[in-house]
Amino acid sequence: MNDMSPTREERVEKLKGLGSSRKRVEDARFTQGKGNYVDDVKLPGMLHGDFVRSPYAHARVKSINIDAAMALPGVIAVLTAKDLEPLSLHWMPTLAGDKQMVLADGKVLFQGQEVAFVVAEDRYIAADACELVEVDYEELPVIVDPFEALESDTVLREDLEAGADGAHGPRKHHNHIFLWEEGEKEATEQVIDSAEVVAEEMVYYHRTHPCPLETCGSVASMDKVNGKLTLWGTFQAPHVVRTVASLLSGIEEHNIRVISPDIGGGFGNKVGVYPGYVCSIVASIVTGQPVKWIEDRMDNLMATAFARDYWMKGKISATKEGKITGLHCHVTADHGAFDACADPTKFPAGFFHICTGSYDIPVAYVGVDGVYTNKAPGGVAYRCSFRVTEAAYFIERMIEVLAMELNMDAAELRRINFIKKDQFPYQSALGWEFDSGDYHTAWDKALDAVDYAGLRKEQEERVAAFKRGETRKLLGIGLTHFTEIVGAGPVKNCDILGMGMFDSCEIRIHPTGSAVARLGTISQGQGHATTFAQILASETGIPADSITIEEGDTDTAPYGLGTYGSRSTPVAGAATAMAGRKIRAKAQMIAAYLLEVHDNDLEWDVDRFVVKGAPERFKTMAEIAYAAYNQAIPGVEPGLEAVSYYDPPNMTYPFGAYVCVMEIDVDTGEHEIRQFYALDDCGTRINPMVIEGQVHGGLTEALAIAMGQEIAYDKLGNVKTGTLMDFFLPTAWETPNYTTDFTETPSPHHPIGAKGVGESPNVGGVPAFSNAVHDAFRAFGLRQSHMPHDHWRIWKTANDLGLHG
Amino acid sequence: MSKMHIKLTVNGKEEELLAEPRELLIYVLRERLNLTGPHVGCETSHCGACTVEMNGKSVKSCTVLAAQANGAEITTIEGLGTPDELHVLQKMFKEHHGLQCGYCTPGMITRAHRLLQENPNPSEEEVRFGMAGNLCRCTGYQNIVKSIMAAAAEMNSAKEAAE
Repeated sequence: MNDMSPTREERVEKLKGLGSSRKRVEDARFTQGKGNYVDDVKLPGMLHGDFVRSPYAHARVKSINIDAAMALPGVIAVLTAKDLEPLSLHWMPTLAGDKQMVLADGKVLFQGQEVAFVVAEDRYIAADACELVEVDYEELPVIVDPFEALESDTVLREDLEAGADGAHGPRKHHNHIFLWEEGEKEATEQVIDSAEVVAEEMVYYHRTHPCPLETCGSVASMDKVNGKLTLWGTFQAPHVVRTVASLLSGIEEHNIRVISPDIGGGFGNKVGVYPGYVCSIVASIVTGQPVKWIEDRMDNLMATAFARDYWMKGKISATKEGKITGLHCHVTADHGAFDACADPTKFPAGFFHICTGSYDIPVAYVGVDGVYTNKAPGGVAYRCSFRVTEAAYFIERMIEVLAMELNMDAAELRRINFIKKDQFPYQSALGWEFDSGDYHTAWDKALDAVDYAGLRKEQEERVAAFKRGETRKLLGIGLTHFTEIVGAGPVKNCDILGMGMFDSCEIRIHPTGSAVARLGTISQGQGHATTFAQILASETGIPADSITIEEGDTDTAPYGLGTYGSRSTPVAGAATAMAGRKIRAKAQMIAAYLLEVHDNDLEWDVDRFVVKGAPERFKTMAEIAYAAYNQAIPGVEPGLEAVSYYDPPNMTYPFGAYVCVMEIDVDTGEHEIRQFYALDDCGTRINPMVIEGQVHGGLTEALAIAMGQEIAYDKLGNVKTGTLMDFFLPTAWETPNYTTDFTETPSPHHPIGAKGVGESPNVGGVPAFSNAVHDAFRAFGLRQSHMPHDHWRIWKTANDLGLHG
Repeated sequence: MSKMHIKLTVNGKEEELLAEPRELLIYVLRERLNLTGPHVGCETSHCGACTVEMNGKSVKSCTVLAAQANGAEITTIEGLGTPDELHVLQKMFKEHHGLQCGYCTPGMITRAHRLLQENPNPSEEEVRFGMAGNLCRCTGYQNIVKSIMAAAAEMNSAKEAAE
């Protein structure tokens, strides 16, 4: 060492490892318009596919005439279910154990359903040809209400054998899919029946849609010479897509290469397998040419991946002092025409049974009835982990309703029921083991930050002024304390189509001390190329700037289950750390040889192994990497590589405390977010800048959902919100500034203690916004009004409460 | 369908091509000229992912016919900055984490570029209003606004230094 040697602090700084707000490496290409999204993929001779879609929500398909379409110059093929049937591809399995029509097989069950697939030389011709396909429909009775579906004589799914069990047990009616239960039903009912105080409410979480700015699409290229299929697409789980494509097509898995290029936002929309993917593959096999399929926005909103649509009937009981004694919930879940919900196989209602929230509730029961209707299939986790958003909204509304019933402050009610710090790991009444938490600290920090007592005083004065006729604006204080469950998940109980939900990382250290790491996940904007390199930098001592992260190519990346449900950091992030530790273990042996000491005489220091008690004797990771490739080291294989497949022992449980302060104009129904404070605890923080960005984005999606966004149907099953004219996405004008904050309670079972954050703000944000609306009207007796709280609905609420004189 | 002869100046380069009268400008840019920076997000003018500059104005190229653009000067994201010398907006979007998935970013930066031509010293409110034709699903806009404000400040101080 000489005087020019960097200090320890400088070496740490240079790594840009854990905790660094490292700027994103992805941004160079994105800011210059050089991203590579699926619609940017262009291949010689590529054809374009487009769907003929059903204008009806329920109808028999009597005939399809493709003659006029085929006669149009430039049209290569028109596929219908009859063409797919010999290949057994006219139906496909869903992630939820049901099956779904790829192309209409005798009938259609929702508006926008895929009826025929036109393949043409360009997009314009394909769209023209869709208009020329003549389909003769016979309309059938339409059901868009799940409660009506369970009473109706109309059989929606004629393909299912009457009386036979479904994938999740007995079906009690021809439009019923499953009843899924958790917890102790009788014990819960007994507690509630004999409780001092009971609050009961129907909480509806409306149907909405993830609506990433890039729609879904794929390009299939069947190389008949080599027997290889290459498939580019908007896949949040490319490896699973490869397996499914192999099982469905019969092409051996080594002959299929799936590539997720840059993805323009996912939010759950790109988890499922859609008819467009299947049809592009079949069309490429049939024509021998590459075939591209790209949804338009209306296709996207009508046909792929709705979210929510849960009717949650709740009962919560407490002592007079406000200690919660029991929680009962029955959900009527509208799954649409096919049960295509994207959940781990054994969880048909996802992780909805996290619905005891942040509270120590001794006994609870949940029952979920899945129901078929004439709506689009989907049921994806829109920026949440498998129905966790529904659960958080449910419990946070029930707490507010209970607070009204008790005539108690809702912040205080939460405080006296929080799971205490010393109760972790905490066994919930519905079967989860919460890994870690410190809810009281987070709550106090949040309430102090917004001057909660001052806000309540101001609100009281506002109500008084309103009653005196001095103002027409009310003040709402929306509180939320949420607990998420993310990082699915342990292979023992979590799988997708039989594939255990582990994830993976493979690292290669190059001779000159830089590295490439490949993961089984795929970023859709989360910045994996930036943050996973930071994990590795801290584990291996190689600066993040010298590490390339690659994902999404199944020919090169190790198998993984993909990115959704905030699972990348909890699962693939853990695999990355573990693979990094394997690198370090081998590096230690090499360093010991080079320094002529025993392994045990070395200790790790930032980016090097140092001889204990002799700090001037060390080998840096760069020196060790070089030695791994140019020296024969006895008992050690050449090279420096590692792979880790990580099966998490438990989920992680991020939490947060949010406060939304909202002004509401009683006469116009307009709202203004005056303040939004978001405290998130996602365990160890990898990149604070990226975390803050995730929180801003998730809160804005929550704002959209709570305040205006919905997939609405009329009674005939027509989608009323099929374009961005009707489907609300907030602009910069409607979106407030947010204040972010944090506490840091590491996960005890994760190698670096990280829990995941991408979805927290959506899970916590929706109840915070909605509770603010309800809270504004609390003084006038409002218990529950359904989202989305658009201007009209807020005006109507005020009107129903008699506030318009 | 018979094709039209169309001349455009795109990012300073003269282009001549044949296009059907119904072809949209975004299609011509992406498919015929291989400028895939501008994206399609909605086809209805709402999202702004396809934003380009046409004769000094921001337009949504998904609802402009190529025929309407005949003779026009077009600037796309590919015309702002170079890999060796990024435009200050490109630098500031990176510096302030003004993007995530990147899909809206080319339209967003192209629109911000025009906004700052129209109003070199905007207030936060003016930025939010001036950017309201461009949707982002990832960032919640806070850092986009920050990026644009920072770019304006830097452009103004560079201008002052030059004067």
